[in-house]
Amino acid sequence: MGGNVGYQLDFSVVWDALPSLLWACLGTIGLAVSGMLLAIVIGVGGVMLRDSRFKPARWAVMAFVELIRNTPFLVQIFFIFFALPLIGLRLDPTPTAILALGINGGAYAIEIIRGGVQSIGKGQIEAGLALGLHKAQVFRLIVLKPALRAIFPSLTSQFVLLTLTTSVASAISAYELTSVAQQIESNTFRSFEVYGTITVFYLVMSWLLMRVFDQISRRYFSYPVK
Amino acid sequence: MGWNEFAFLLRGLQWTVALSLVGFIGGGVFGLAVALARTSGQPLLERVTAGYIGLFQGTPLLMQLFVVYYGLALIGLKLDAWVAVSIGFTLHASAFLGEIWRGSIQAVPRGQTEAANALSLHYVSRMKDVVLPQAFRISLPATVGFLVQLIKGTSLAAIVGFTELARAGNIVSNQTFKPLLVFAVVGALYFVMCWPLSLYGAHLERRFAAASR
Repeated sequence: MGGNVGYQLDFSVVWDALPSLLWACLGTIGLAVSGMLLAIVIGVGGVMLRDSRFKPARWAVMAFVELIRNTPFLVQIFFIFFALPLIGLRLDPTPTAILALGINGGAYAIEIIRGGVQSIGKGQIEAGLALGLHKAQVFRLIVLKPALRAIFPSLTSQFVLLTLTTSVASAISAYELTSVAQQIESNTFRSFEVYGTITVFYLVMSWLLMRVFDQISRRYFSYPVK
Repeated sequence: MGWNEFAFLLRGLQWTVALSLVGFIGGGVFGLAVALARTSGQPLLERVTAGYIGLFQGTPLLMQLFVVYYGLALIGLKLDAWVAVSIGFTLHASAFLGEIWRGSIQAVPRGQTEAANALSLHYVSRMKDVVLPQAFRISLPATVGFLVQLIKGTSLAAIVGFTELARAGNIVSNQTFKPLLVFAVVGALYFVMCWPLSLYGAHLERRFAAASR
């Protein structure tokens, strides 16, 4: 079986598997969105630690960022997959993948968010404090929102990358499009048809995501400055 | 994990370096062509290359490798896995480098092109002697940054079945039952390759920012 499939393209197996492929797209989107949310949490928390007065925390965040940004996601997800049980956490592949995506995206988010925070003039912060705002209020109102506007383009293109990276989560059999496609491929041997089709699905998903980010940017960040 | 296993990882590392170099050099050659076509002023060429770039930037690298790998087999080319993934990475890199270099070419001030035209330099000379040398300097930080991405990206050849560093790690981890140690070592080897490049890229970026202030 499978030895003589070759030159005649046959998309009927893809057609038959379409419902499960479309459901798997939702799996990919779920993975991507959860990963982004976790990345934002890690990003904001990381920036606060990174700029805190506690030196070891600063060093730890810097080391974390460099470590994550200079090693492949595939190695990271394997490491996390095998490390979690050792610290007593038994997670299914899908939550493990979300954790890995969040950690990976978080390291990039720290750098991007920090760049945005640094773009806020010191005088702005001092003015906020002088007006009697609490430190947390200064952070939220004077630092965060203008910074968010400044970083929105790079943060969102990082998120599109994160969405594409979810396909690597198939290496630990998380529930998403690539791993479902791999199952179909191993049953039907129609490799090119299956992977070609889901490549188009990924293209549509990343395009839609970019449209969504574009709309958000227009809705919330199109106010004039200066 | 003993010396034999470590030596096996180092052999995988060699393939990672080789794949990265082939992808970067091949991608560089085709990427330059993509960048030139993208800025050629010919609507059809520009639209085709824009589509090419969009296709590679909008799909996962893993899918690109799968489609190239199985697509080549489909058209009857029985290629070694090594050749097939090299073609995959070359195409991938050509799209990304093409886009980076398009931006750099367009970032060269218009007056440079206009001056070259006023001197009646022809296209080749205008590009080779005026625009590209300046674009090269502008593009350097992003190009180094992409090289780091590419080195990390070669790990996905493991999923296609090619034994480079990440797959060598997988194999050793299955043999020794010490996945954490093995993947920590594998991660460290990637880090040793990528970190100096990242630092160099950041250094270039700072220098460029200081120069253009």
